[in-house]
Amino acid sequence: MIQVNGDPLAWTPGLTVRGVLKAKNYLFPLLIISIDGARVEPPAYDTTAVPDGAVVQVIHLLSGG
Amino acid sequence: MTLPEAGSAIPQCTVDFTQRTEYHQGLDAIKAAHKVLKEVSFIPSRPEKGYNGRSLHVDLSSLEVQEKPVTQQMKDLFIGGRGFGLWHLWNAVTPATRWNDPENEIIISPGPVAGITQYPGSGKSLVVSISPQTDIPIDSNVGGYFGPLLKFSGFDALELQGKAGQDVILFIDGQNGIIRVEAAPLEPVDSHVLAEILTRMYAVDEADRPNISVVCTGAAADHSLIGMLNFSWWDKRRGCVRLKQAGRGGIGTVFRDKRIRALVCRGPVVKADLNHPADFETLARTGIKLHKEIRTLDGSQCKMRRNGTAHIVEIMDAYDLLPTHNFQFGSHPDTHRIASDVWEARCSQATVDGCWYGCSLACAKGADGVVLRTGPYRGHTVTVDGPEYENAAGLGSNAGIFDPEWLLELNFYCDTYGICTITYGTLAAFVMECFQRGILNLERTGGLELVWGNAEADLEMMHQMARGEGFGVIAGQGVKKMKELFIANGWGDPKLIQDIGMECKGLEYSQYLSKESLAQQGGYALTNKGPQHDEAWVIFMDMVNKQLPTFEDKAEALYYFPLFRTWFGLNGFCKLPWNDIAPADNASTAEPAKIPEHVQNYLDLFSATTGIKIDKETMLVQSARVYNFQRVFNIRMGKGLRANDVPPYRSVGPVTREEYESRAERYDKQMVEDIGVDPAGKSLDEKIAITRTYRMDRYSKLCDAVYARRGWTADGVPTMARLRELGLDVLPEVVAIVRAHGG
Repeated sequence: MIQVNGDPLAWTPGLTVRGVLKAKNYLFPLLIISIDGARVEPPAYDTTAVPDGAVVQVIHLLSGG
Repeated sequence: MTLPEAGSAIPQCTVDFTQRTEYHQGLDAIKAAHKVLKEVSFIPSRPEKGYNGRSLHVDLSSLEVQEKPVTQQMKDLFIGGRGFGLWHLWNAVTPATRWNDPENEIIISPGPVAGITQYPGSGKSLVVSISPQTDIPIDSNVGGYFGPLLKFSGFDALELQGKAGQDVILFIDGQNGIIRVEAAPLEPVDSHVLAEILTRMYAVDEADRPNISVVCTGAAADHSLIGMLNFSWWDKRRGCVRLKQAGRGGIGTVFRDKRIRALVCRGPVVKADLNHPADFETLARTGIKLHKEIRTLDGSQCKMRRNGTAHIVEIMDAYDLLPTHNFQFGSHPDTHRIASDVWEARCSQATVDGCWYGCSLACAKGADGVVLRTGPYRGHTVTVDGPEYENAAGLGSNAGIFDPEWLLELNFYCDTYGICTITYGTLAAFVMECFQRGILNLERTGGLELVWGNAEADLEMMHQMARGEGFGVIAGQGVKKMKELFIANGWGDPKLIQDIGMECKGLEYSQYLSKESLAQQGGYALTNKGPQHDEAWVIFMDMVNKQLPTFEDKAEALYYFPLFRTWFGLNGFCKLPWNDIAPADNASTAEPAKIPEHVQNYLDLFSATTGIKIDKETMLVQSARVYNFQRVFNIRMGKGLRANDVPPYRSVGPVTREEYESRAERYDKQMVEDIGVDPAGKSLDEKIAITRTYRMDRYSKLCDAVYARRGWTADGVPTMARLRELGLDVLPEVVAIVRAHGG
């Protein structure tokens, strides 16, 4: 199990950042993503593995209007 | 053209964007019927560091034309744009003034930075009036060329007061220094026709057309309270007039009540330095930086240049935020039919779409070659501006309409009839839900079968509104007055009608589902003018990112963002280049949600234009003065207190059984974890009632937190301490109102 923006998400072996975005249906393009506090850049979304127990933060930048 | 299926490759639009029905055949006869009622001369001027130092006041009753000084106090306290509009309006009206009294004004002011051509999104005007829908000041921001051309003719604001005795056109010729009021008896009414005719009529030749901007409305403004104003610009590539809308609050209705058919400004040829800025190099450097950013990153970010704001249609659906069936639900299986790839294919991509010079974000998309199927222009080929996100959601999903061609037709007629698309979308959705629930029926709608997805009935209601006939006249009163009428007629459960009619303060909600974001519930209902997203859109921060866990966190967001957004309206900026594009290194900044580099750009642009150095704190103080002044203005007009900040329950939680059941897992979980009640054994109605009590209590606590953060009393009145802090205590009537209300 991992935490994504405070909510639990089932972990599976080989889960990547891209897989998290797909599972959460996060389509918005302007995101800031970190795994256990370490930022992941967009080019690495497909290749960065998310370990079991990770705390993932996906900040959506649309705000204020 | 054929529209794409979901997931298929996007076809290129093959429509010839120069082909459309033209309307200038009768121009000579129309012009010959004009009679000059008043003509005065003035000395055209160019701004000095963003300001001309004068505004133009026109009394349509007496035809008196007057120049008024823009004082240093005005600039210090109100900056320009919305601030100047509110200040002029404050001085024009009394607490007893209503929208259709002669003393009510329409004020158009672009702000000191407006009109620069170096930085994208810098050509906005702000329009202010007492709203026929809310009885308090409304402010509406709009693109198009009128505001900047007015300023480059010599005026920082235009005040329109009184009522003409006949239909008139006000012509401001900033090239020759002439102001003329002309009787205009033969003018066509609807905007796409009128703006084209007047552009050709007042331009001396084809090359002069870009120097002309027309402000006008359409037939529906004569018969409804939701009239909108169109601001035009000449699209050189298409060879036609394009329109941008000051939509909210019914200012178009006020315009027609004053018997104004149109405003026409003929400005000078626009050049890069017409604001005579204090530091041109900084303007140029800051602009070049953003142009490069847009060129490099927009294609991988929001694709504003290809889709405009419609890029978020499918995104809102994915996050359960797309209003569907009158805000009951947040998504729909047919959303792909009105998603951004459909609009990308339908809008011409072979031309550049900016509503002011120098805007490389270019989001003012146009769908060309639209052949109309209904109404007075049936069979005509037209260009439809948009649809923007709000139009696709409001006219589309919220009414259960997912056919893009019908959506374009609804969008077109809203624009040319002078109807606010956001308001219309929300009121049509309300009407359709009333029809679904038996509050309305065929007899009560005069035969209109207003079921979900019936675009033809929806359009007929709009045509009726424009003709001043039938149920369309009732719908054109807006949601608040429809609620009152339906309840008075005994047509349904009053509580249900109140709950599902999505208005607050008399203004219809814009097109986002706020039910699962407490902060956004406040972002809508704790606004000054009514529930429009241009103060605070905080749903992602609150509901998705979970960055606002406490009442104090939410209050901080509802302190900062409304003030930040207010500042755009003081200066003439568009919001979109702020955060619909982000610098490549934005993620590494301390507060990425605020896009700090762009905030610094705005500080630099203000300083470079006006010569006044400001920092982030000063920027918020500038906004806070106007924001709190507007709150006091609302109180002066008999509103603006806590009782006026109560949202309809549909915006807070599930009203009906279907709504609860659609998210039963979420609501049952919340009942256990947050409310501390076991839903097992509870009936559906009991669970709805428990959820309602809990959510409304939280909304009340949010009000407490927000009022405290804003420096207001528990009743929502700015305190004297806050007035002193902002320097508003120099205005005696403001102080008197605050004191009288315990501030």
